[in-house]
Amino acid sequence: MPVFTLAAVPAPIQLFFDFINLLCEPWLFFTLSMVAFFGALYFRRILVKPAVALGILIASVVLILVSFLNPQFASEAGKPDNAPIFMLLYITGFCIWLAMWQAVKNDERIARGEGPEEAEVAKTRLHVWPYLIYIEGIVAAFVLAALFIWALSLEAPLEQAANPAKSPNPAKAPWYFLGLQEMLVYYDPWIAGVVLPGMILSGLIVIPYCDPNPKGVGYYTFNDRKLAVTMFLYGFLILWCVLIFVGTFMRGPNWNFFALYEQWDFHKLLSLNNVNLSDYFWQNFLGKATPASWWQREWPGFLVILVYFALVPGLIVKLFPKLYRDLGFIRYSVLIGHFLLMLSLPIKMYLRWAFNLKYIVSIPEYFFNI
Amino acid sequence: MSTLGDRVRQVLDEHVYKNVIWKSVFRHGFPDTDRNRTLVVLSNIFLHLHPAKLKGHAVRMRYTWCMGGLSFFMFLILTISGVFLMFYYRPTPEYAYNDIISLREDVPLGMFMRNVHRWGAHAMVLIVWLHMLRVFMTGSYKAPREFNWGVGVILLKLTLLLSFTGYLLPWDQLAIWAITVGTNMARATPGMGHEGPLTSMIGLDAGYDRFQVVHSKSDIRFLLLGGSIVGPPALLRFYVLHCVFLPLVAGFLMAVHFWRIRKDGFSAPL
Ligand code: HEM
Repeated sequence: MPVFTLAAVPAPIQLFFDFINLLCEPWLFFTLSMVAFFGALYFRRILVKPAVALGILIASVVLILVSFLNPQFASEAGKPDNAPIFMLLYITGFCIWLAMWQAVKNDERIARGEGPEEAEVAKTRLHVWPYLIYIEGIVAAFVLAALFIWALSLEAPLEQAANPAKSPNPAKAPWYFLGLQEMLVYYDPWIAGVVLPGMILSGLIVIPYCDPNPKGVGYYTFNDRKLAVTMFLYGFLILWCVLIFVGTFMRGPNWNFFALYEQWDFHKLLSLNNVNLSDYFWQNFLGKATPASWWQREWPGFLVILVYFALVPGLIVKLFPKLYRDLGFIRYSVLIGHFLLMLSLPIKMYLRWAFNLKYIVSIPEYFFNI
Repeated sequence: MSTLGDRVRQVLDEHVYKNVIWKSVFRHGFPDTDRNRTLVVLSNIFLHLHPAKLKGHAVRMRYTWCMGGLSFFMFLILTISGVFLMFYYRPTPEYAYNDIISLREDVPLGMFMRNVHRWGAHAMVLIVWLHMLRVFMTGSYKAPREFNWGVGVILLKLTLLLSFTGYLLPWDQLAIWAITVGTNMARATPGMGHEGPLTSMIGLDAGYDRFQVVHSKSDIRFLLLGGSIVGPPALLRFYVLHCVFLPLVAGFLMAVHFWRIRKDGFSAPL
């Protein structure tokens, strides 16, 4: 339900909505997110300044308030189960700022030869009672109060009784799984729902064993751990948070993509003219009919995958020999394997957007599509 | 000149700290001496999760963001509000939805408890996630804490599963369709789901017929749901997982997690 609606949205604001809608092509939106991400890392020294960060915060609050003038946005954002998305945005944003603000300060100190601030503070030892227990108690009281206020002011949703015969459109997973649901657009369920989630878990677990850098324990830093922090934040912010945002606000009926301020149209038809790599290869490139038996048809796709998982790691060894020397063969393979799998998601997304590529390898006989 | 505080203190010293009952429960006096401050922590099983003293940086909120402690706090709140909800909820399709309605309409504080439980669950997902972010950003996963990071990853997974299994219990449209979307993916598990790659290869050809080992009534999704759709057995299964199995496993792993934080030592700059 829209929180409130105006008879007409003021013209300049409508103009702004239309402009943002123009940017909401899947490829453009994703690319802009990445530009913003890498840009923010590059310009971190400016962005973490409290005044600048506060400016961004205020701007984003204004932006969201203005967005509520749009009925479609208001109806999605007004769903009680979507309230955590805003907490996600703001609290995650705040935490990222807090981490990077301290990291930048520490990096400057380290550059001056002073060592991180934490090292200085760590020289004094404090009694847990009262110094920590009091903090814990006060924080717990605040969080409990906040939760109670939240529970008093926003009612947990309860829709119609379950009806297996009537599926809602779109049927959405809970918000924290929307990243996975979004991956289903680009990969078959066995990859998007099983392999990639498994890889996220195993990838997280192996991080400590595949990070050979002894520096950066016990203090916030960026310069001492550039590669590790960049990779982790990329996965955390771009492949998780951005996909959740897209899944919540830009996926409408039939899981079609809609611009942020576009009215969801249940009859929107998108021509699905996605093409398999094998068809590209046999028909467009060689001008022949696509062979029927799968092993004849699909060898170009298998070759691509082999090249990706075998040659690229070799190339990276050539480019960064130190990484390989530090890790050794097994740990290097585990690291690069996970890294390439993670990167395969944006790669597949761009291939879809640029060439309508459906599957790199497609063996429907065995439900084996990549 | 004695202030009010001094006088309160005097009364406490004379009448409370020397009292037999107090002394039988707490083994220390007012915690304003080093000795008593240490004893507060060491002689209390709950506070003893902490060491008696910590390096300065570990106490500051800007370092830990309190997120680990809050993860645990959320778990406790969810346990308490969850037990309350269990008094009024029966996990069968005849009752489940109506029980939620009567929780809202008839039970004193019922709606409030349900709201606390639901929003607390959302908050816990977020908090655990941010705890992981802070552990990463301070490099705290590096040796000797590699294993505890792994324990944490499993805890994150359990938190998500707890939230996911709970999502089904209200048995409304939102619930069954979110779970249907979620569990449909299990169909595609390689070798274990009936629409997964390689699965169709597992079987025996008997000339005129074919014996298929994994089919829609024997695959992993069937195991999870106790049927081929999200129906009554799925509700019971998710209820048991949500209220008994997953919290037990999570509680057990939290014990391991806390123990290891103490044994591995809290992360600190050199
Ligand atoms: C239910 C989930 C969890 C609970 C209740 C929990 C609880 C805690 C607590 C209370 C601490 C003490 C320091 C602090 O507050 O930061 C801590 C530290 C730690 N946690 Fe967790 N945690 C959970 C999940 C995780 C996850 C998801 C990870 C990582 C993937 C993780 C990895 C660690 C590590 C490595 C430490 C040691 C940090 C250090 O020495 O600086 N934990 N945890």
